[in-house]
Amino acid sequence: MDINIGTLAGQTIAMIVFVWFCMKYIWPPILTAIEERQEKIAEGLAAAESGQEKLVEAEAEAESIIAEAKRQASTILDQANARANEIVADGKNDGVKERERQLTAAKAEIEQETNRAREELRGQVSAIAIAGAQKILEREIDDASHQDILGKLAKQL
Amino acid sequence: MAAEGGQDGGSGYYIQHHLQNLQVCRVEGEWVWNDCAGNFWAMNVDSMFWSVLLGLIFLVSFRSVAKKTSADKPSRWQAVVEMIVEFVDSSVKDTFHGKSKLIAPLGLTIFVWVFLMNLMDLIPVDWIPGLSYLIGIEYMKIVPTTDVNITFAMAISVFILIIFYTIKNKGITGFIGELTMHPIAPPTKGAGIIAAPLIIAFNFILESVALLAKPLSLSLRLFGNMFAGELIFILIALIGWFQLPLHFGWAVFHILVVTLQAFIFMMLTIVYLSLASEKH
Repeated sequence: MDINIGTLAGQTIAMIVFVWFCMKYIWPPILTAIEERQEKIAEGLAAAESGQEKLVEAEAEAESIIAEAKRQASTILDQANARANEIVADGKNDGVKERERQLTAAKAEIEQETNRAREELRGQVSAIAIAGAQKILEREIDDASHQDILGKLAKQL
Repeated sequence: MAAEGGQDGGSGYYIQHHLQNLQVCRVEGEWVWNDCAGNFWAMNVDSMFWSVLLGLIFLVSFRSVAKKTSADKPSRWQAVVEMIVEFVDSSVKDTFHGKSKLIAPLGLTIFVWVFLMNLMDLIPVDWIPGLSYLIGIEYMKIVPTTDVNITFAMAISVFILIIFYTIKNKGITGFIGELTMHPIAPPTKGAGIIAAPLIIAFNFILESVALLAKPLSLSLRLFGNMFAGELIFILIALIGWFQLPLHFGWAVFHILVVTLQAFIFMMLTIVYLSLASEKH
């Protein structure tokens, strides 16, 4: 347990060198890393907080957008229903009109046809009657002098 | 375990043998081993070897982290190192309010280095001395902090820093003033001025003792604790098979002492240096 200069000096020199090395090459990089990480953690926490806030905002916005969309959808639905009813009503009207028009047209045609057939028949009947009368009477009957009688006859058919 | 002691001279010899440093000195132009008692120009080779080795272990292991620090993905060892660094850093920031690039790394070096040196105390007392005895080295004290030279050298370095910081922050007059103008302010006018030199002398004696007590208490506290702990390990090693539970118990208790003494040395260094740089 004697004091001796060799150990004292040696240890002092060793200490100076070690402290110098630590000060130069160990302490600064490690502390920089620690501080950098602390900064990053603080930033991360702040970002998380702002993210949370944004999420709340976005949720509120989404809700309002959904409500608006629902409102619009119901309006569109109402409009569409009304339009559909209108179309159906129009269709019905058109159908009825068309039916009546076609009915009238058919009736007129039938009438026309009937009249035409009647006329023809009348002509033919009067011709047959004349031919019959000619064959029966043969001699005296003149087409022109009996025209009025034949006309009356044809009209009665 | 007391076999060595039993060879020549029993337990007294055993204890003495364990407390003897491996020394080298120069006597009459020749290098002499182990015959240097009382020689001021000697060196405790074992203390120096272990002290430097442990210091290098500290530097290399911490440097390996410092070289590839990453803020994103710290390895486990980096986490441990950062924990120690942050612990020292917060201790320094709590106590020392000035700006200094030196004090925090100094505190870290002292803490880890002293801790490692103290930790050697937990290696059973005969292992390494026994091995070195086998390869022909007679004495081997593996706990550098049980060598008063080691603790004293560290305390003197701190003492020099204390004086340096005092002069740097308060000037040479401030340093002298601190030694002479406290705790009793000498009168500057009136009849009492005759007593001023006496008061200054009194102050100087008191303050010098207070100043010198700092490195002395710093070194002797660490040395005393570690020496006493080592001595008890040696005494426990003397008692045969019953030493095992006793050794275990004392070692567990000693873990506390090892850490605490390293912390105290670091903390007092920081406190002394912050006192030196504080302006009144």
